[in-house]
Amino acid sequence: MDKNMKILVVDDFSTMRRIIKNVLHELGYSNTDEADDGKTALPMLQGGSYDFVITDWNMPGMQGIDLLKAIRSDSKLASTPVLMVTAEAKKDQIVMAAQAGVNGYIVKPFTAETLREKISKIFERLQATA
Amino acid sequence: MLTDDVRDGGGRATPGAIAERAADVASGDPRIGRVRELLAHLESGNTNEADRLLGDIAHEHDTGLFQEVGRLTRELHEALNAFRYDTRLMDLANVDIPDAKERLHYVIDMTEQAASRTLNTVEQSKPVCEEIRTRAHGIHEDWQRFMQRKMDVTEFRALSARLDEFLPWTEGSATRISDNLSEALMAQGFQDLTGQIIRRVIKLVEEVEGNLVNLIRISGQKLGSGPEPSAKPADTLDGPQIPGKRQADAVSGQDEVDDLLSSLGF
Repeated sequence: MDKNMKILVVDDFSTMRRIIKNVLHELGYSNTDEADDGKTALPMLQGGSYDFVITDWNMPGMQGIDLLKAIRSDSKLASTPVLMVTAEAKKDQIVMAAQAGVNGYIVKPFTAETLREKISKIFERLQATA
Repeated sequence: MLTDDVRDGGGRATPGAIAERAADVASGDPRIGRVRELLAHLESGNTNEADRLLGDIAHEHDTGLFQEVGRLTRELHEALNAFRYDTRLMDLANVDIPDAKERLHYVIDMTEQAASRTLNTVEQSKPVCEEIRTRAHGIHEDWQRFMQRKMDVTEFRALSARLDEFLPWTEGSATRISDNLSEALMAQGFQDLTGQIIRRVIKLVEEVEGNLVNLIRISGQKLGSGPEPSAKPADTLDGPQIPGKRQADAVSGQDEVDDLLSSLGF
């Protein structure tokens, strides 16, 4: 997995963005950017070449699930892997995210180990199917 | 709105109270005696006495009715005034609820600040630790060569100079890390303050709940007889699961998320 890959972290709470960025840094990924909701994230994704998106679900403006759907329906972005990190723990919601094409789903609170494991799993699967 | 509800409640109570009082009066013995007396006067042709007695009875009845209506009116008036002058209710709506919202926003701000302070100290300390490790590792390697007598005098002089610089620098670094840890420790003080604020807001919510229940009772509606609560829209977000209040259709942790996703082919 390329440690220099460009990652966009989307969460309305700056604290959570910092925690995720710090964990990513610890895991060796330091090429990260932040956005505070889907509305801010989408133009960033369309404008820059991001390799990976980590997004919250419940955000003002544009929610994570809508951001995911927008990514999947944009031909240039459709193949970008998306990991959802959210406090939403209802089964219906997890299924909804899976149907919308999410690559991984982590419920808050989470550990650095869970984040590492899910990221490597996502890229292992992508390499296997590529 | 509030006043109308109270008036409705009082109005409905009035006929019942009168009927109750009428029943009491009918069962009272003194009037039976007086009616017998009236009958006796009529039978004996004593019309003057009979008219006087009839007048007395009618007068007494009117007085009782007027007194009853008066009492009920006074009670209703007092109940209305009690509501009008219950400044606590007005305070709840005008002062306490906005105040509670402010408090809760403050809790968000405080927790964010505390997290930010803590993260700052971590971010400042980690590179220092990294540098200590790298420099100590280098010196340790050279020191082992010296112990194994694989070092010449020139190299040893250089090592001594590095040690001389390294030791006080380590001391200073340890102080910085220690200061950062203290800062992180102090930042956790938010827990006490936010806990207190949230507890006060919970108390306020309980008071509002009590008042709402009272209002419903006074307006004459039985709890639970209202329309069925509308179903929650399926896409409503619930946010973090609260310990002890976990919903049946929510997962209990990452393992269950993984199980669910793998059942979907992930």
